[in-house]
Amino acid sequence: MLELSHVDMFFGGIAALHDMSFTIHKGELMGIIGPNGAGKTTIFNIISGVYMPTAGTIYFQGSDITPLKAYQINRLGIARTFQNLRLFTRSTVLENVMTSAQNRYINTYKKELFSGNISRTNAPDPEAWYSFIESCLHLGRWKKTEQVLRFNSMELLERVGLADRANQTAGTLPYGMQRRLEIARALALSPKLLMLDEPAAGMNPEEVFELNDLITGIHKDFDLTTLVIEHHMDLIMKICPHIICLNFGAKIAEGSSEDIQNNPEVLAAYLGTDEEEVI
Amino acid sequence: MKRNIILIIIGLCLALWPLGGYQEGIVILMCINCVAAMGVSILTGFTGIFTLGHAAYMALGAYTTAIMTVRYGIHWLPAVIAGGLMAVIIAWLIGVPTLKLTGDYYAIASIGLGEAIRLILENWQSFTRGSRGFPGIDPYTTRVMAVTIFILLAILMFNMLDSRLGRELKASRDDSTAASLMGFNTPHSRMKALVISAFYCGIAGSMLGGYMSFIQPSMFDMMKSTELTAVVVFGGLGSMSGSILGSAAITLIMEYFRDISQYRMLIYGLLLVIIMVFRPEGLLGSHEVWDFLKFRKEADKNA
Repeated sequence: MLELSHVDMFFGGIAALHDMSFTIHKGELMGIIGPNGAGKTTIFNIISGVYMPTAGTIYFQGSDITPLKAYQINRLGIARTFQNLRLFTRSTVLENVMTSAQNRYINTYKKELFSGNISRTNAPDPEAWYSFIESCLHLGRWKKTEQVLRFNSMELLERVGLADRANQTAGTLPYGMQRRLEIARALALSPKLLMLDEPAAGMNPEEVFELNDLITGIHKDFDLTTLVIEHHMDLIMKICPHIICLNFGAKIAEGSSEDIQNNPEVLAAYLGTDEEEVI
Repeated sequence: MKRNIILIIIGLCLALWPLGGYQEGIVILMCINCVAAMGVSILTGFTGIFTLGHAAYMALGAYTTAIMTVRYGIHWLPAVIAGGLMAVIIAWLIGVPTLKLTGDYYAIASIGLGEAIRLILENWQSFTRGSRGFPGIDPYTTRVMAVTIFILLAILMFNMLDSRLGRELKASRDDSTAASLMGFNTPHSRMKALVISAFYCGIAGSMLGGYMSFIQPSMFDMMKSTELTAVVVFGGLGSMSGSILGSAAITLIMEYFRDISQYRMLIYGLLLVIIMVFRPEGLLGSHEVWDFLKFRKEADKNA
């Protein structure tokens, strides 16, 4: 479904990622681990189009998405959350979810005007769309669409357990709830690939336990392919059957959780090696 | 729906309440300023782009309407709409290269653009009569006309904010990176906001021309631009009803202190300082008037 092929990312002279290649298959739940500064978030930023990679290509569902802008990549069906929360803080919780729910895109096929070839494009989901004039006059599809959006968004909020907070300003929510709101907001786009950037950061063990269920639950119910960055080893070892480990911008290990736990290079990256201790 | 009815009632009161000639003038001026304030508010308050050049769009609207009605004898209604559309066209042309700038950078660019348009109007003697001003405009801005346009535009604006467009603008204001990763083309969103705000300011300019029946470029200088933005900040960034209330309040204060006109700017400055000290988020913050009523209700329910 998503494939990174020999991706390099340099910031000035520093290699944030070097020769990064991996593949996620449809329906997989994959984890990315690594020490601080290993380049985990950079991978997300490159896939979602915040940065353009210095070299290499990214394929999504077989097509090259490397040169696309962030919003175009998003419309193909890639949604993400952020490590340092980026909610629309001055809007209400419900509005946050509706904001992304109104922006759903579906894959359609269009016939080229001259060549007659059929190519794949994205069109706004007709269920979530109405025109500018309808929004000025509150006529036509406005009422029905807004109701549908509100209903869908409330459903998602119930799923993440925030339904009773729907009318609160998003910026005033406690930290753990803001994280769950970010997940709901990303889900509202009905993505094919969901990328969660440290969803458990700053949560207490109990909340992490709930999050565990939430992630595996939505992965199954929404038929998602999920990519998770995490520091909490317990969480990632429990939920992700497929893990890759990064250090200094390079992939040092890939495999199942047991493989990773027993890999000497991973242990060295996290705990330091004997030679280093001598020095 | 309830909101529209309230607005229409306010409009009927403003239009039909028996008033003297002087008060009638104040009502017209209030409507004009409120329309302009709505325009700036959607850009500054709801999209987070500070502008210090919006008087230029008012000037464009005013001159377009004036030239159309005086030189070509066109009826004022199509001319007023053309004034708004002219501002839209120029705003679009200006927006293409500048809207990649955000925050303070756009504010600086807008000063330059505002001044440039004013200077063009001042120096294009053959077409605009330059700084001598443009006299003899039909006084088509009556009280009923001003109030009607204001209420109509207010209803459209509130509807717009209560729809997908409003959410899109707010998203790109609160976090433009997150907005672009939620599938919004953020420069495009900013362009929509600029074009809508230019339309409102253009209409306001056209109305001003019809009220004064004389316009000159110096009416639309930096001072006017700053005033427009100041009023929106005064009313509360992110509150459309706040901007309208703020604008109406400032217009009233300025008019009723006309007797001591040499101290007008002093009072104006003092007022802004007081608001910034005691309510830094503006008169209404980022809430609309009816939000406060809702809060009351919810508080009652909980009690």
